[in-house]
Amino acid sequence: MNNLFNRKYIIQGVFILMGLILLGTLFYIQILSDKYFLSADRNVLRKIYTYPARGVIFDRNEKALAQNESVYDLMVIPNQVKDFDTAALCRIIGIDTTRFKRNFNRASAQSRYQPGLFEKQLSIETYAALSEQLSRFPGFFVQSRTIRNYPDSLAAHFLGYIKEVSPLDITNSEGYYRSGDYIGKSGVEKSYETLLRGKRGVVNMLYDAKNVPKGSYAEGRFDTAAVSGDQLISSLDLKLQKLGEQLMKNKIGSIVAIEPATGEVLAFVSSPSYDPNLMVGRQQGNNYMELLKDPNRVFNIRPIMGYYSPGSSFKPLDALLGLQDGVIDPNMTFNCPGYFKVGNHTVKCEHVDGNISLRRGLARSCNTYACYVFQKLITQRKYANQHIAYDEWQKKVRKFGLGGKLGIDLPSERDGRLYDAAYYSSKYSKYWGYSTVLSLAIGQGEMDATPLQMANIMAIIANQGYYIKPHLVKAIGKNHVIKKEYLVKNYVGVDQRHFGPVIDGMQDAVNASWGTARDSQIDGIIMCGKTGTVQNPRGKNHSVFIGFAPRDNPKIAIAVIVENAGYGSTYAAPIASYITETYLKGSLAKNKQAQAEWMKKQVILPDPPKPKVKPKAKLTDSIKDTTAIKAKPIQATK
Amino acid sequence: MTTQQNDRFFFNVDWITILIYVALCLIGFVNIYASIPRADSDIFSFGSNYGKQLIFIFTGLILGFSILLLDAKFFSVFSPIIYGVTMFLLLVVLVVGRNVGGNQAWIPLGSFRLQPSELAKFGTALLLARYVSSFNPKLTTLKPVLIAAAIIILPMCLIMLQPDAGSTLVFLSFMFPLYREGLPGYLLILFWGMVLLFILNLYLTPLVLISSILAIGALFIYYNKKKQQRMIMIGVITFAAIGYLFIAKVIFEKVLQPHQQTRIELILGLKTDPKGAGYNVNQSKIAIGSGQATGRGFLQGTQTKYGYVPEQSTDFIFSTIGEEWGFAGCFVVIALYLTMLLRVVNLAERQRSTFSRVYGYCVASIIFFHVFINIGMTIGIIPVIGIPLPFISYGGSSLWSFTVLLFIFLKLDSNRMGFI
Repeated sequence: MNNLFNRKYIIQGVFILMGLILLGTLFYIQILSDKYFLSADRNVLRKIYTYPARGVIFDRNEKALAQNESVYDLMVIPNQVKDFDTAALCRIIGIDTTRFKRNFNRASAQSRYQPGLFEKQLSIETYAALSEQLSRFPGFFVQSRTIRNYPDSLAAHFLGYIKEVSPLDITNSEGYYRSGDYIGKSGVEKSYETLLRGKRGVVNMLYDAKNVPKGSYAEGRFDTAAVSGDQLISSLDLKLQKLGEQLMKNKIGSIVAIEPATGEVLAFVSSPSYDPNLMVGRQQGNNYMELLKDPNRVFNIRPIMGYYSPGSSFKPLDALLGLQDGVIDPNMTFNCPGYFKVGNHTVKCEHVDGNISLRRGLARSCNTYACYVFQKLITQRKYANQHIAYDEWQKKVRKFGLGGKLGIDLPSERDGRLYDAAYYSSKYSKYWGYSTVLSLAIGQGEMDATPLQMANIMAIIANQGYYIKPHLVKAIGKNHVIKKEYLVKNYVGVDQRHFGPVIDGMQDAVNASWGTARDSQIDGIIMCGKTGTVQNPRGKNHSVFIGFAPRDNPKIAIAVIVENAGYGSTYAAPIASYITETYLKGSLAKNKQAQAEWMKKQVILPDPPKPKVKPKAKLTDSIKDTTAIKAKPIQATK
Repeated sequence: MTTQQNDRFFFNVDWITILIYVALCLIGFVNIYASIPRADSDIFSFGSNYGKQLIFIFTGLILGFSILLLDAKFFSVFSPIIYGVTMFLLLVVLVVGRNVGGNQAWIPLGSFRLQPSELAKFGTALLLARYVSSFNPKLTTLKPVLIAAAIIILPMCLIMLQPDAGSTLVFLSFMFPLYREGLPGYLLILFWGMVLLFILNLYLTPLVLISSILAIGALFIYYNKKKQQRMIMIGVITFAAIGYLFIAKVIFEKVLQPHQQTRIELILGLKTDPKGAGYNVNQSKIAIGSGQATGRGFLQGTQTKYGYVPEQSTDFIFSTIGEEWGFAGCFVVIALYLTMLLRVVNLAERQRSTFSRVYGYCVASIIFFHVFINIGMTIGIIPVIGIPLPFISYGGSSLWSFTVLLFIFLKLDSNRMGFI
């Protein structure tokens, strides 16, 4: 029996052992592991997001260009849906049963217990009709959010558009965006996304096992309110932009107008354009596909993406660089026999002016004068050889903002085109010299500029030696914060005293009887400018005008390009003058109004494209047909 | 009864056990109160579950103290009749019982429901104690073991017909008192070994299992290489075990019905059923785990408050304790149980009567089995077997039967000097 008495301890031992096993397990799951603690929070806590209004975008006079409109998303909690009249719901929100099933299955696939998007962006009328009868549809509810609305349907390329985030956007944002959020996809909406989007608010709600909300977590200590996005004051002038878009209607091309003193872009027209409201709402996808079909490439932001030979607009640079390096002076004359010849390279002029000085050379857009200056610049004795001289030259040209991005506050800006000496050395081995690249003297050959760069050159001349980085948003937020970089003057390395003679030449081009840009004269205002005509083998020439006004204390620098419109003087110059006059005087003179109306009605669109590789457009000077230069290597002189 | 007798009576009752009993009942009430989803309402509202539990506790106490007033001999003398009545009720429930949650376990009695399987526990315990004390059987021989087994297996079979696997398994706890009274230890080891092998047989592939059995056998033979007899015995056991594997497999696949196979597989976690048993355990573990060291505080458990753990006031009441009182609370509860269990065993050992001792061991074993399986299931180390946590889980039948079970022993103990 003594033996059996000891069994008491065995049994008690088993009790204690099992108790310790329980305590050990409890110790693990309660103290060592926090997995369960976190799971409990995941069970009950749901973050309910409140969406802030996106920042409003104003024009420079604080008229709204982009504002917000309430829309109503129909949401569904699948497991709360009971039998109901599906046909009635479909009728109210205007969908068919196929779509109904697809929407419902999509929402169910995401979660059966959590609200999912059923049909997005119902109009306020639909919402009104629906809300009266919503109780008939258990499990459905409406959540309001705001979408964009563009009251004047203007400046589509500047504004860009917003769209639901893609999975890639979500990954890249490191957790900021969530499925169903909107993000700027182009234009200012994209480049200022982080300011415009505001801050999402969050309410931490507790839910029970049946998914019924039970109030906020920790008395809302961790909740945040939604903060509206910052407003943006754009530099655009609504009136100017509207006029520009009307003038460019049914034409292809760009207008860029800059306020020289500030670098603020006053007008930013890219034609053909589209109504930005098309890129909003339930039809966004369809409209987008329609617009993509346009052969004239509606989404091309031509002012910053279009490549054009600068042509005549480059000639002032020749003169400025010549004056700065001291290879010419304003009174120095060159003989123009109607052509410039070196070896067997010939650049023709439209006119025979005999001895021609800087002022008249610019006014008459003399190719010979430009070539002489270029020759003198590249063959300066202070450089060991022409390659070094050329490289120095192209560096100086780049200071004017050519051959590289100006850094405007829009996505997709392109560089333009300008090569360094190393490029030519690798292309021609060492057998090249100024005559090989002579066409650059008249802004042709291997050189392209965007309309923005051309307008910026005018701003530099208007400012007599510097530019402020061109930008489209002048002030941010309620406090009108201005970015520091927009206060910096970028000097181009040419002294102010050299600008006078060049401006004289450009003044004559517009105002003198012998000028090439007389079509852009404005009564009572001295405008300075130049015309250009880009040859286009596929159709008519492109019409170009660049300029600034008024001559003293300039308020506007402008570049206008109308593709396939022929001479610069016929379309681009008048359009530039209407814009300039409207900006400077507030309105057009009576006689000009009629002309402008006529201009708005003109249709200049290319023939439907042939499915062939198109040759590159060539540019001739405003004085019609400059002969193309045959590039032939000549040995660089020492 | 004289006053003097009364004094001695109260002096003789083990107040420590009663104190622990009351503490556990109150812990139960507090946590049932916490785990009922509610709008803020009166804590003593008798219409609600926690209100009812309060009534159960009071009536339980009255029941317990009435038992203390009965004559100790009553239980020994009437044990066959009590056993018979409970077996009869187990039969009755199969005919007139209410089907609750798939089990036909309840006999409706007015507004209350009687659960005969709860009564069968102390009925069986009483008869077993009576058998051992009256016949002084040698549990090392076959016949007494078979008789004892029959007493236990009859209610098991009847309860299995309901079917209520959880309550059936509780009857395995009678092995402890039988072991204490002389049942050879190797029989227990053999039994549990067979159960273990049966389970492992479903988890592991035959190759792994057979090779591990052979390896263990070889190891034992190596350590006993001097003793030839033992070596032979180990060899026989090893091969018997391997043979048993095949028989077990055949039983599982040919004898058991498909739905029974499924149930076993579910219990063993070989199949998952996230919306069924798996969901409960997972949510229960989350609740207990989220309590961390000191708990979220009374009425602060989100799992509890927002109804994430099903059956939280009954079988899963421990998850509320774990969540709101943390490891500290769990420790206190388990410590209270262990104290009570060790105390009852000690009390059993001081009995002069075999009847009281055997019954005491039965009480400790039944409570132990409930506690270990219930808590083990809420923390996921034991499959979900729906049995309540003694004194704490919500429910009158459960509380009263445990009260009766315990207080009969306390009565027997208070009378330990007398003869039964």
